[in-house]
Amino acid sequence: MQELAPGPVSKASSQADSIGKLMEKTAPQQFFLGIKDELPILVGVAPFGMIYGILALSAGLNPLDAQAMSAVIFAGSSQFMTVQLIRESTPWLVIIVTGFIINLRHALYSATIAPHLKHLTWRWKTLLSYLLTDEAFAVAILNYQREGVTRFGHWYFFGAGLALWTSWQISTAVGIFLGAQVPAAWGLDFTLPLTFIALVVPALKDKAGIVTALTASLAALLFFGLPYKLGLIAAATLAIAAGVWVEARQ
Amino acid sequence: MSIWIVMIAVGLLTFLTRLSFIALLERIQLPAAFKRALRFVPMAVLSAIIAPEVGYVDNALFLSPQNPRLLAGILAALVAYFTKNVVWTIVIGMAAFWILGILL
Repeated sequence: MQELAPGPVSKASSQADSIGKLMEKTAPQQFFLGIKDELPILVGVAPFGMIYGILALSAGLNPLDAQAMSAVIFAGSSQFMTVQLIRESTPWLVIIVTGFIINLRHALYSATIAPHLKHLTWRWKTLLSYLLTDEAFAVAILNYQREGVTRFGHWYFFGAGLALWTSWQISTAVGIFLGAQVPAAWGLDFTLPLTFIALVVPALKDKAGIVTALTASLAALLFFGLPYKLGLIAAATLAIAAGVWVEARQ
Repeated sequence: MSIWIVMIAVGLLTFLTRLSFIALLERIQLPAAFKRALRFVPMAVLSAIIAPEVGYVDNALFLSPQNPRLLAGILAALVAYFTKNVVWTIVIGMAAFWILGILL
């Protein structure tokens, strides 16, 4: 995620920008380019959607609710977490607070991409905000850094976001279908920690990150007995503080 | 019913978080300290979910080589580290979990 922070615009790309102004892409061109650039990412996202669908059923959600969650929340990690906490009969207020904390990172994406959307109507701002996932942000912000704000640049973002949205809905449906065929004895719920391991481990690139993950793990084991699953929030908060502290010391 | 309350609340909060700066640009700026903390949020929350999932069996702490969830989790972490591939991590972790479940 760090690599995606907006860097200084290079000379070359600002020249390309002024050339681009002369022959600006049309709305459909931008839209299909956005879809095209999102496609490689979909290969990695589709298995997550399927695993989510399988897990949601194993947590006791009915197929309709499981599918609806992919449209209403439309955020992978908080959907996984919500399903997990529902399975453990966690009080709903705790689930909502935890989901909110997990999704706080989207405020960072919102702040980063906001200058490029300033000129748009409210309808566009609302639509693009709904589509602002990790994966759509990654593709859209790179395009804005390459091309700057162009007349139809938001169609590129829309194309990328819609491609991701569609594949998320379809892969969820496939997962729900598969989940209905698999007996509970197979223990497919174990794919949840495995999925998270696959996300966390490659992201641990520096000392502060490793300290964060270790603190969170140890604290979560210690606090596991706390009521209302509060151990999760307590461990995460402590770990974030530890990460910030280690980074500040360096 | 309560699933829908949770779903709509988390969905609405997620949407409002995504909309926040797009809607309010130039009126507020993210404090630098807040930005630094945000970077650690995903790994902190996800690690705090993973650890009890592999360290506890039937609601009891079970940090032992007899615990198939723990061993499969460690193996999956190694696969994730060396391959950085989600599908391989899940496939090998799940296979290890089944095989160890039979052996242990």
